[in-house]
Amino acid sequence: MSDFRRAALALIRRDLGLSLTRGGGPLLAVGFYLTLMAMIPLSLGPDQAVLSRIAAGLTWLCLALSSLLSLERLFERDYEDAVFDTLRLGPLPLELIALLKVLSQWLGTGVILSLMTPVVMIILGAPASLALMGLVSACLGSLSFALIGGIGASLALGSRKGGVLMALLVLPFYVPPVIFGAGLMQATQTGASPAQALAFLGAYALFALALGPIAMGAALRGALS
Amino acid sequence: MGVSLKVRELSLKKGYNLLIHNLNFDLLPGRAISLTGENGVGKTTLLRTLAGFLTPHAGTIRAYENDVQLESEIWQSRMVHFLGHHDALSPSRTVLQELRFQADFLGGDLAGIGALRLDTLLDLETRHLSAGQKRRLSCARLLMARRPLWLLDEPMAPLDVDHRALLGSLMQAHLADGGMIIAAVHDALPFDTQALRLERPTMRDREAACV
Repeated sequence: MSDFRRAALALIRRDLGLSLTRGGGPLLAVGFYLTLMAMIPLSLGPDQAVLSRIAAGLTWLCLALSSLLSLERLFERDYEDAVFDTLRLGPLPLELIALLKVLSQWLGTGVILSLMTPVVMIILGAPASLALMGLVSACLGSLSFALIGGIGASLALGSRKGGVLMALLVLPFYVPPVIFGAGLMQATQTGASPAQALAFLGAYALFALALGPIAMGAALRGALS
Repeated sequence: MGVSLKVRELSLKKGYNLLIHNLNFDLLPGRAISLTGENGVGKTTLLRTLAGFLTPHAGTIRAYENDVQLESEIWQSRMVHFLGHHDALSPSRTVLQELRFQADFLGGDLAGIGALRLDTLLDLETRHLSAGQKRRLSCARLLMARRPLWLLDEPMAPLDVDHRALLGSLMQAHLADGGMIIAAVHDALPFDTQALRLERPTMRDREAACV
């Protein structure tokens, strides 16, 4: 096994382990997600007709907000603990380090939120036929959220009250996946072809995947110097 | 190992503030430099620049392996160890997890546990360690991945007398092996070193650097 692969695997294993053991991991995001969802019928009233119409769209909104929650810790802890001093002396370029950290974060939090999404949608009253499409789209959407969020987290790194700044930076860029994702749900529900919305959702995830590492690398280099 | 270092006309700035002006030195295999100077004179900045974390304001840092100049990426990813005064450890992970990670990430094998007397600490989370134990843990990576240049920022500071001697002998073994060390220190190291004392740049240096 080459040094490169060994280092990459070690980093993913470490970050996944850390996201489970140190605070602010998946449990927090899932708890936040469920609490938000539970508040919706309480605030809108239990009218089944209303809820089933807006369930999918609201789920997307809650997914976006829950994805924001654990972003601040993405680079912050390692920055404070000076772990980046070690990471930068390994075989991986900073761009790849950032990408692997984001992907671990996505695996540890985003994917779990995505798995919850169809369940939550159905609990709110969306038809069960949406479940599969809900899962697929939520996976794509949460990947975009994680990557765009990673750019925000790297830009806000080292500034005090970075979390607030980051939410402000990142939320506007969460709008397209929310539009495409909610549109996709609506298309599936009304029986229209989901292809277009799904393609846009995938394209946005690819866009984030291409831009993310470059932007994060540059921002981290600035913050670490 | 045959790796050597040439630093020429190096100037470093922190923000607009000129820290180091026109610094020249050579470092040959098997030699160590002890870097001294008052607080805030730029010892840490110099070490971080040599590790490639910061870009110099002017001048060059060149590394040669058997008279062939090394690329800066190779330098950073295979030739340098940097030990800062933060120990670069995650508080919630155990000593063994940290050691495994560093060995895998830096491309070495799990070594130095016995030499640094870490055997009894392996199951502890690093936040429970004392400052000296943390320092010993971070020294382990010097032994796990063999790299020619060790950049050490006050390596002895938190260690007790016994472990200072231990680290001293590890450093000597590294030098005997053809390695190089640049260490920022306040007390003299227990072996023969080149002394490099940093002074604050004069007013004239500052003006020269602005042009």
